[in-house]
Amino acid sequence: MSRTFLGLPRTLRRPDDADARHGTPDEPFGPVPHPQEPLRWGDDFPAAAKQTLKNDQLRRNLGHATQVIRTKRAAVVGEVPDWEALRDTGSAVKQQVMAQLPDLLQQLEENVVARGGVVHWARDAAEANRIVADIAKVKGADEVVKVKSMATQEIGLNEALADEGIAAIETDLAELIVQLADDMPSHILVPAIHRNRSEIRDIFLARMGDAPPDLSDVPRELAMAARAHLRRKFLSAKVAVSGANFAVADTGTLAVVESEGNGRMCLTLPETLVTVMGIEKLVPTFDDLEVFLQLLPRSSTGERMNPYTSLWTGVTPGDGPQEFHLVLLDNGRTDVLADEVGRAALHCIRCSACLNVCPVYERVGGHAYGSVYPGPIGAILTPQLTASTGGVSGHHDPNASLPYASTLCGACYEVCPVKIDIPSILVDLRAREVDADRSSRGVDPWKTAMKAASWVMADGDRFALAGRAATLGSGLGGRDHAISVAPPPASGWTRSRDLPAPPRQTFRQWWAAEHTAPVEQAGTVETEGDDR
Amino acid sequence: MSDARTEVLARVRAALGQTGSGTTPSGKVGTAPHPEPVPRAYRAAGEHAAGSAEVIEQLVDRLVDYKALVHQVTVDALPATIATLVTELSGPARGVPSAHPDSSAGVRVVVPDGLDDGWLAALPAGTDVVRDSRERPLPPSELDAVAAVVTAARVAVSETGTIVLDGEPDQGRRAVSLVPDVHLCVVRTDQVVQTVPEAVRLLGAHPERPLTWISGPSATSDIELDRVEGVHGPRTLHVLLVAGV
Ligand code: SF4
Repeated sequence: MSRTFLGLPRTLRRPDDADARHGTPDEPFGPVPHPQEPLRWGDDFPAAAKQTLKNDQLRRNLGHATQVIRTKRAAVVGEVPDWEALRDTGSAVKQQVMAQLPDLLQQLEENVVARGGVVHWARDAAEANRIVADIAKVKGADEVVKVKSMATQEIGLNEALADEGIAAIETDLAELIVQLADDMPSHILVPAIHRNRSEIRDIFLARMGDAPPDLSDVPRELAMAARAHLRRKFLSAKVAVSGANFAVADTGTLAVVESEGNGRMCLTLPETLVTVMGIEKLVPTFDDLEVFLQLLPRSSTGERMNPYTSLWTGVTPGDGPQEFHLVLLDNGRTDVLADEVGRAALHCIRCSACLNVCPVYERVGGHAYGSVYPGPIGAILTPQLTASTGGVSGHHDPNASLPYASTLCGACYEVCPVKIDIPSILVDLRAREVDADRSSRGVDPWKTAMKAASWVMADGDRFALAGRAATLGSGLGGRDHAISVAPPPASGWTRSRDLPAPPRQTFRQWWAAEHTAPVEQAGTVETEGDDR
Repeated sequence: MSDARTEVLARVRAALGQTGSGTTPSGKVGTAPHPEPVPRAYRAAGEHAAGSAEVIEQLVDRLVDYKALVHQVTVDALPATIATLVTELSGPARGVPSAHPDSSAGVRVVVPDGLDDGWLAALPAGTDVVRDSRERPLPPSELDAVAAVVTAARVAVSETGTIVLDGEPDQGRRAVSLVPDVHLCVVRTDQVVQTVPEAVRLLGAHPERPLTWISGPSATSDIELDRVEGVHGPRTLHVLLVAGV
């Protein structure tokens, strides 16, 4: 049986990683080198967060960006009278998808093949990368154009293609910035959010090759430089690689949602298109798109609709790519699916709304999570995806600290368009990690567990939420006191009534089993207003 | 070792607690989920009829918000409006420099070959109209050399300001409405519905058609969240809303 590929045999992080991540003189732009494991890089969360917290620039940029997106999202969500009904449907549809996954996957395959597409299955990252590289080679392509895609980042496709002599050109502006800087994305939606305009100009001038020498740092000029640079690539590329936002089982239709038009270019102009998609991205019917195409753009960019959405079904003779390959990727997803509680993480439509409301994410930035999936969703998805190589299994694994990267304030659940109960899953994973630790080491589980949590909750200076009450809305503003005074060890949880317990029964059941002292009833997240 | 397809499907079955399927990579067998029935309490349609004054007003509002240029015209005035917009392309007044500024001879415009010829009847003499079809497609490099494209549309959604093209002969191949820098898109008022579900159900009659949903010119906010309109697709989107067809 193959194991989930994560780029390296399971090892602890090297002690010198901490130096490497802050760049060397000959790597002026890269605070983070390319990781060998896209789902496990850098220090564990508390240590990495301590580093990123020193970066004032990052915090300023992130604070501004998350606030702007939160405000936009709140406005466009607020104008939809049936938003909660859409969320209910979205959540239920995703549950159906998981329950019927074997049938739906086969139905999708059948429909894609019937329309002239080729379907490949990949157990792990290495297998998926192999499939894409082989297609590019058969087509004689030494360059492929790429649409921003979490799945291909997760499998380290660009690096794998580079090893085979194939250059993968990122065509999303932010991804291009990140790629040219030899950097790592820090946000699902706006990956270069940690860069400001003058840094971007410097990156373009130094690395793009054909940037105008008098390039200014005006965003429009920078964007036009990228347009000119990429247009030549689009017009000549033979092979494109994309992800997919949705795949419709009953028609074989794939959907890519985007803003810049680079997606349309990649999906339309090259002769061959390869789409790499996690097996969880399905929706059962074409009509289900009417739900998700409402939920996603408003949650994601805070727009009523994103500028461009492309839908295609196999091959359309004479229009667009005449060869279409779909790669269905497992890479740890079936381990997530096997978890009764954690499987809801697979419902995620990658809108990034939970990142933008998360007080921890806003402070520490995406890089501290050591995974291509940062923020609240990353905290539940990454350890589960890496379960077969450690993941949630005690303090041997840096990813085991990720479930502590949260204050359990509940804001992520409030904004999630498919109602993933992230706080409950976090608590469940914490319990799992503690159990694993106990059985493997025989040490005091709380000591390990709260080491991470205490960092988040103990230091009032570091985690001063007070100034944010006005911008975050009622959901978090009132919580600063409780969070900032919570003392490090576990006793803080029982002493502090204000610290919200997650709404799911599983937490209290678990707590009751572990402790004799009952948990004080905390407010449920339902009553905490989000920013709508 | 079995093939990847068999193994991934077996893992999925194991994850869902179906016995006899082995385990997931980490050795787990899950439990069968019990999904709740799917509620459909959201609006399947808006309160206003397709093509009503309310939805047209809303669509215009959304399009303007996206910085699309809206022209409300009668069917009789449509050819003259198209002609005016095309003529403007040859002038130097446009803020965005054309990719091919040497076109003093006459503006080159591409149209899908199923486009209503009457729409082009008022174009000034010398306009170079190129026709594109699935059977006789222009290569991308040639599309890059035309100034504008004129297409029809399949449906529009007023609440979101979205126009959908479905690749039929009056709308053309996807590349045709993508590569040129200016897109003139003709939408009949009776094609405008209020909500996304109304549009999806209409499009669901032919789910196999390649669909392009357009909600304003392309845009990026990747640099300090500063919105820049017009990145890779057409940088200028004219929407010609035609009443009384
Ligand atoms: S977990 Fe929910 S809010 Fe977070 S990215 Fe996924 S869908 Fe969006």
